Amino acid sequence: MVTKKEIKQSFFIALWFMVLTFPIMVIKVNTIKHIILFRWENFVWVGVIGFFASLIWNYFLRLKEQKKKSDNGDDIPLVHRLLQNERVRIPFLAAIAVFFLAYPFVFPMYHTSIMISALVYVMLGLGLNIVVGLAGLLDLGYVAFYAVGAYAYALLNLHFGISFWIVLPVSAVLGFICGTLLGYPVLRLRGDYLAIVTLGFGEIIRIILENWDEFSNGPRGIPNVPAPSFFGYQFGQHGSVIYIYFIVIALVLLTIFFVSRLENSKIGRAWIALRDDEIACQAMGIDKFKTKLTAFALGATWASIAGVVFAAKTSFVNPMSFTIWESITILCVVVIGGMGSAIGVIAGALVLILLPEYLRAVSEYRMLVFGALQVIVMVFKPEGLIQSVRKKYKFEKLKD
Amino acid sequence: MFRSIEFINMRLLKIILGITAVGIPGFFGIKEIIADPVYFMELFLGGLTRGSIYALIALGYTMVYGIIQLINFAHGEIYMIGAMTALIVASVLGLWGWNSAVIAILAFVFAIVYSCAYGFTVEKIAYKPLRNAPRLSALISAIGMSLFLQNYVMLAQTPNFLPFESLIPDFEFWEPFAHIITAVEMTIIVTTVITMILLGILIKFTKIGKAMRATAQDKVMASLVGINVNNVISTTFVVGSATAAIGGVLIACHVGQINFFIGFLAGLKAFIAAVLGGIGSVPGAVLGSLVLGISESLFTGYFWSEYEDVFAFTILVIILIFRPSGILGKHEISKV
Amino acid sequence: MEPILNVKNLTMNFGGLKALDNIDLTVEKGQIAALIGPNGAGKTTFFNCITGIYQPSEGDVEITPPGKPMDRLNGLKTNQVTERGLARTFQNIRLFEGMTVLENVMIGRHCRLKSSILSAMLRPSSQKNEEKQAIADSYKVLEKIGLDQYVNEMAVNLPYGAQRRLEIARALATDPFLLLLDEPAAGMNPQETKELDELIIWLRDNEDLSILLIEHDMKLVMSLSDNIHVVDYGKKIAEGTPDEIKSNPDVIKAYLGDDSDDA
Repeated sequence: MVTKKEIKQSFFIALWFMVLTFPIMVIKVNTIKHIILFRWENFVWVGVIGFFASLIWNYFLRLKEQKKKSDNGDDIPLVHRLLQNERVRIPFLAAIAVFFLAYPFVFPMYHTSIMISALVYVMLGLGLNIVVGLAGLLDLGYVAFYAVGAYAYALLNLHFGISFWIVLPVSAVLGFICGTLLGYPVLRLRGDYLAIVTLGFGEIIRIILENWDEFSNGPRGIPNVPAPSFFGYQFGQHGSVIYIYFIVIALVLLTIFFVSRLENSKIGRAWIALRDDEIACQAMGIDKFKTKLTAFALGATWASIAGVVFAAKTSFVNPMSFTIWESITILCVVVIGGMGSAIGVIAGALVLILLPEYLRAVSEYRMLVFGALQVIVMVFKPEGLIQSVRKKYKFEKLKD
Repeated sequence: MFRSIEFINMRLLKIILGITAVGIPGFFGIKEIIADPVYFMELFLGGLTRGSIYALIALGYTMVYGIIQLINFAHGEIYMIGAMTALIVASVLGLWGWNSAVIAILAFVFAIVYSCAYGFTVEKIAYKPLRNAPRLSALISAIGMSLFLQNYVMLAQTPNFLPFESLIPDFEFWEPFAHIITAVEMTIIVTTVITMILLGILIKFTKIGKAMRATAQDKVMASLVGINVNNVISTTFVVGSATAAIGGVLIACHVGQINFFIGFLAGLKAFIAAVLGGIGSVPGAVLGSLVLGISESLFTGYFWSEYEDVFAFTILVIILIFRPSGILGKHEISKV
Repeated sequence: MEPILNVKNLTMNFGGLKALDNIDLTVEKGQIAALIGPNGAGKTTFFNCITGIYQPSEGDVEITPPGKPMDRLNGLKTNQVTERGLARTFQNIRLFEGMTVLENVMIGRHCRLKSSILSAMLRPSSQKNEEKQAIADSYKVLEKIGLDQYVNEMAVNLPYGAQRRLEIARALATDPFLLLLDEPAAGMNPQETKELDELIIWLRDNEDLSILLIEHDMKLVMSLSDNIHVVDYGKKIAEGTPDEIKSNPDVIKAYLGDDSDDA
């Protein structure tokens, strides 16, 4: 399996990495106290890890090449097979439903609260999935619309005392409008410019929120954002966490419901066709600009709704919650979970958000791992953790 | 109906933006310049310095884009690693008590060599396997790489700012200039000019330069006439990384502190500059950088300094609406 | 007969290069017209100019759909041209590779469907029926073209000749009155070419279509076409029936006289 040549090659690659990472991994300078620290153990580690990583990397590259040659294509992920199997489907879904229904009553509040954040990311991921996964538009400023929703609730409540339940639909409309307004000038651009412009836009929103004191109260943020009420009844602290939990569950279900319908409609087909071949798509009579704009605006709508929930949950909004890292994290959820695959995105969000929360010891490596995973997924498994399985349109004769 | 509304809006938008972009700063600008010409000169030279740094980074973007049509998101990180390496080498040698001139030279050399090595490695890991993949894949891979490198430096070194002792000896200029320009600024501008000339020679007259230009025009054709396209792409990354490293060390000397995050914003700004000048065009990158640097400096000097980044992004959006091919770029026609 | 496509003085400049120079061309109702010329003569550019992929530098493109008033295509976007009833295929096959044969054709139905985003999300019965109808219509198109046995295959897995026919099916699904075929027989074997010949004639006779095609296979062109237009170096050098073209000295010179590609 592993040839002598490969071992030799990996040995040299390991050496290369030892030299390459030497100044940064081994030497640590304290320029204030004027101390140099040589961490030789890192030198060894880099060598060992580099050697094996190189072997594994080459092995998988070769595997990928072979797979491309044999090309059987249609291997359906396990989850989809479970869902397609009639006998397993009902118990499988029931088990998931029971788990999520019982969750806040079984686990303490702290865990429920973490689960809420994970579920908010599920919403964000599914929203961004429309933009990136289905329509193939790389949006790096997605967090801007999340901020729109959060600040809409905080500000409307602060100034006019408008309640959560009214802001929720209002923010959806607001998100859609903002998405359209930004998308209008930007979506004419070629794909890769879009990434940069949206990134810029996300940063602009954050900078404005930080500096425009009269509007957003600057970096201090807006405290005391109320939790949602239940027909006028305000829950206690514990009750309201559980309440928000179920609101998020409902919203996630609603999102899945709508997004899957969109995906299997005329517009969903157009998104995917547009991603595959823009020119052929236009020649089929599809308005490229309008179709992209719809995807962009719908993605923004969900981000904005998620923002309202976020504000209600944390009861405090400030610009620090809406940095570029947030956008990148959501992008990771979509990319690593599986672009275009709703189940993949849900799984991706739960794994990527919950895991670092519980593995505190390694949580500082979170972004490092996210970055590495993005590269690895793109190189070896561009379809992500759980590949999307498109609905097959079947022809049945109409009864006239 | 939809069409006509769209048409009017875009046109109107362009006119309004155009008048705002040129008119208002122009009006205030002239008044302010007359009121305090020294301040203006300071801002102008500050902008020139800033633009020079952008240019050094922007070259990497524009050259890579010209050859493989990829926005190399990790390029800003290469620049940061250049500055970081220089800091580490300079500190170690400084503590060992070496001569400061030797330190300065070695720090520069190490920064360049290491940045080149990182640029080379990044290309091999994150981009080469994706040469034939959809553009979106390569772009996401690039973002992942950028994220990885930032966190790698943060975790291996420190999340805090590290003070950077200038490698460039300070000296006073003769009187009228002493207040306006510092030695470091002067060094930055001069170094940039020299680097640009060397790069121009490399691209115009050497064999590898010709191969680069050929590959940028048509990869398949280039490989048919016997150019090793993989080598050319690697070389492009290496050359781009070298200029970025020079920029990184110079800016570290100028600002006096660095951390793992400096590559992000600098990279973005340089990218904007590259687009402004016309991405894929080397002279365009230089011109765009200088325009961006100077206008940014004037904007922050005369208007709101806290909205500096907003200004740069606004410029990007305006350029992309008005003239997506940039100042010197060619208009692309997609082949059908 | 009234012309359904009337192109006047069409000129396209790429920088200094005149890819098309003052081309006049008409297609009449029920006609099969061919556009021929040596490689690089500007034939595909001509299609791109008509269908809005390129904006021509000068000239007018007028259409008169059957039973409708005259309309100008100048400045329209590609999708708007398709909506007005001009459908095209591509020289280098551009199918949606991740989709099935049926879905490819359904994309062609897109511009004839009316449902909005909201109805896609709420899915009222009108939307459901429309989707069903779209599937049925797409299947009908596949039957006509003779691809119904492949209906649920992935488009990429089709044999080459079938992929070319699928391009035609997809174009047909947009309900055109004029079909623009860009080298439909390229790469086909003689048997496939013969079937294509029959298909095109059948389309004209039974689907009320007019057809303008670019083709290098002279045998096919001569047997199919009612009218042939010849371009060379972006200029139109001849027009006429197959027999007239065969004996036209300018055409012979364009193909054989210089060292141009033999087509």
